[in-house]
Amino acid sequence: MKAIVNVFLKPGVLDSQGKAVHHALSSLHFENVKDVRVGKQIVLQLDEENIEKAKKDVETMCEELLANTVIEDYTIEIEK
Amino acid sequence: MKVGVLQFPGTNCEYDTQYAFKKLGAQTEIIWHKDTAIAPDTDLVVVAGGFSYGDYLRSGAIAKFSPIMKAVAEYAKKGGKVLGICNGFQILTEARMLPGALKRNEHLHFLSKHHHLKVENNDNDFLKKLNVGDIVNIPIAHHDGNYYIDEEGLKSLWDNNQVLLTYCDANGNELNPNGSVASIAGVCNKEKNIFGLMPHPERAMEKLLGSDDGIAMLEGFLA
Repeated sequence: MKAIVNVFLKPGVLDSQGKAVHHALSSLHFENVKDVRVGKQIVLQLDEENIEKAKKDVETMCEELLANTVIEDYTIEIEK
Repeated sequence: MKVGVLQFPGTNCEYDTQYAFKKLGAQTEIIWHKDTAIAPDTDLVVVAGGFSYGDYLRSGAIAKFSPIMKAVAEYAKKGGKVLGICNGFQILTEARMLPGALKRNEHLHFLSKHHHLKVENNDNDFLKKLNVGDIVNIPIAHHDGNYYIDEEGLKSLWDNNQVLLTYCDANGNELNPNGSVASIAGVCNKEKNIFGLMPHPERAMEKLLGSDDGIAMLEGFLA
């Protein structure tokens, strides 16, 4: 089973990297870009058959290590 | 006075820290991150600066799980004093031993220079040798020094005199190098026994090398 974790800064926490990328895209004349957020994706291969158990485990991983919930939000997708 | 200085893989300020406290007459000891205990006669634990675990994932995120950190948390719980400098500050926020978090610098540059700081509160062991409003000149060297805390947390910091230092210019006017909320450079916990700051007082121990303002800061722990 595969778990895909996406981690982004919370809305309201200034994303300086997103801002810089947005600025760079503007200088490349992509003027239709309204906003850019830069985050990270963490892909986990799990030795686990139970989807619910996998979800729960990955959530604990996010809370304890993969995200810093003071400044970051995360989403979890599980793929068979 | 006995000072224990933590060393993780990637720490690079432990010997500067040792030098600084030796200069002040303290006995010092390097504590490897795989150790599981803090010697009971330790008066201060310093989480030294550097790039523990290569800053992988987030600065300080992996170091907080090193065996020694459990001992540090227990030591602090009993009232033991802990000081985190730069990466040490990041580790202590990641471990939730200090409030807030440290983000990438607002303009994304690694900053390495001297910067002035203003003493905001001195009713604590760290800054008691200084006066509120004093300005010190201390080097900063960080990529992730942009202090973030939400509004409620910020209010609580000010209400409880937990803001230690803010960034300023030579005249004490606010000057924010990295985007930190309220230009905060250092904070402590409510109980005032855990301290963290991004600037490096241990690198400001010799006038010949630019500044010895770090002496008055670190001296606070001695008496």
